[in-house]
Amino acid sequence: MERKSLLFSIFLHAAALLLALVILAPLVWLFIMSIAPAADLAAKPLKWWPSTVDLSRYASLLTRAENSAGAAFTASLVNSILVAGMASIAAILLAIPAGWAVSRTPSIGWSLVLVIGTYMLPPVALAVPLYMALAHFGMLNSVFGLALVYLTILAPFTTWLMKSGFDGIPREIEAAAMIDGAGLFQTLRIVTLPLALPVIATSALFAFLLAWDEFFYALLFTSDQRAKTLTVAIADLAGGRVSDYGLIAAAGVLAALPPVLVGLLMQRALISGLTNGGVKG
Amino acid sequence: MSSTWLTTRAWLLMLPLLAVMIAVIGWPMIDTVRLSFTDAKLVGTEGHFVGLDNYVKMLTGNNFQRALVNTLWFSVISVTAEMVIGVLAALLLNQEFYGRTVLRALMILPWALPTIVNATLWRLIYNPEYGALNAALTQLGLISEYRSWLGEPGLAMAALIVADCWKNFPLVALIALAALQAVPRDVISASLVDGASAWNRFRYVTLPYLAGPLMVALVLRTIEAFKVFDIVWVMTRGGPANSTRTLSILVYQEAFSFQRAGSGASLALIVTLIVTLLAVAYGALVRRTAGSAA
Repeated sequence: MERKSLLFSIFLHAAALLLALVILAPLVWLFIMSIAPAADLAAKPLKWWPSTVDLSRYASLLTRAENSAGAAFTASLVNSILVAGMASIAAILLAIPAGWAVSRTPSIGWSLVLVIGTYMLPPVALAVPLYMALAHFGMLNSVFGLALVYLTILAPFTTWLMKSGFDGIPREIEAAAMIDGAGLFQTLRIVTLPLALPVIATSALFAFLLAWDEFFYALLFTSDQRAKTLTVAIADLAGGRVSDYGLIAAAGVLAALPPVLVGLLMQRALISGLTNGGVKG
Repeated sequence: MSSTWLTTRAWLLMLPLLAVMIAVIGWPMIDTVRLSFTDAKLVGTEGHFVGLDNYVKMLTGNNFQRALVNTLWFSVISVTAEMVIGVLAALLLNQEFYGRTVLRALMILPWALPTIVNATLWRLIYNPEYGALNAALTQLGLISEYRSWLGEPGLAMAALIVADCWKNFPLVALIALAALQAVPRDVISASLVDGASAWNRFRYVTLPYLAGPLMVALVLRTIEAFKVFDIVWVMTRGGPANSTRTLSILVYQEAFSFQRAGSGASLALIVTLIVTLLAVAYGALVRRTAGSAA
């Protein structure tokens, strides 16, 4: 490598410090708002460092007392877990056979291109008929209806991930099992699926986070605690008449925890996924 | 096994996915096309065939043209800024300095933060009375009185773009960084021996490795930005004075707030057509970049 002057090294460290500050400042502030006493947040000049640690927002968001802010929040938390969980499992169950078929039979690869192409469709293009259909079947404001709609996003995504995963498992292993007399489904069950397990797990996890993040369909198709998800609950809080910004911040911290933890723990898998997509185009 | 049987078997395995995709994407898409030629309401009336009336009304109306300009403005500025800052951050992260590993790990945080939480966070930061931005700028002596960042037509769009950039430039940086790490060391050494300047090294040695992945990031980010809804909805709902009303917000209002399913559908299809054209144009560009980089 080239030799670096002292000046260049100072410049590098200053730039790195600036980048760290840009990334961290908003996040740290979100956390501080969630634990600072309400009076500190309304003080002028603003108190950047809270005088005491106030955990009451977390306590009130996580209680299930009736008609409290907590009841609405915990209900939306449960709804988000249910919708994201059901939609991810369904998407994976559709993606495993389809991903394998495309991986092993290149001649039908164009159908996957078509499925993935739906990614660019704006959700508004599907929203009106989906709304009318859900209303017709009495599935508006239902976690099942919303999970079904989420398949429009999750199924193409998981199929693409599973196809790349199966591409990495040599066909020769399957061929060997077949020669030994195993049928197709036996081969898949005993040989291929166990090898694909890590890919299945990461695909399911990413699908879950995608559903966890979704807002547009949830806003349209849910209306109360029976189905409202976390994103809608937070948008309600942010747009409502809540006077304690700490409460809004605490809700944000809680909603951000799962994806942030997954992001930090699975960084390597995530980036290799991104760059694989980038290289293959 | 014959190849016909293999193909049939593959289609059979695809069948569940295709059936669901036709039910939740294919059919709604076709029904949106049908609705766009009617005056149907969201609830109640079936509507009558009105030909191209909806399209003519939408395309010639002020609302659509204004929203299209807002969307283009948002997309062009935020995606350009994300690409430039992202590449600069990647070049930095590819150098050697203390804490590099930690900083690389931190880059994942804005990406992981849910879009709605990001929008809510920035809405709080921009708050006209208690927001951190007003407090910080006042205490630094940069502004003398608090401003309503999301309440002034000239400022709101810029404020939205900053919030969007903060969340999305780290993703571009991570993609660019991965590409930078794929540049072979000996190629860089050779260019150093040949006495290439820093700029020429970037332009002729590094950039060809970056071009492919960056093009893909550009395509994905542009399509996402063009469809933007969540962050606008939470931060401004399209206001003030419709200065941040993007196409997706306009479709939402037409079809759901005003319950005009017919004209909402025609508007949605116009948006879809624009996104498709963008994707096709970009697709051609990606193939050309891939061809020249190889």
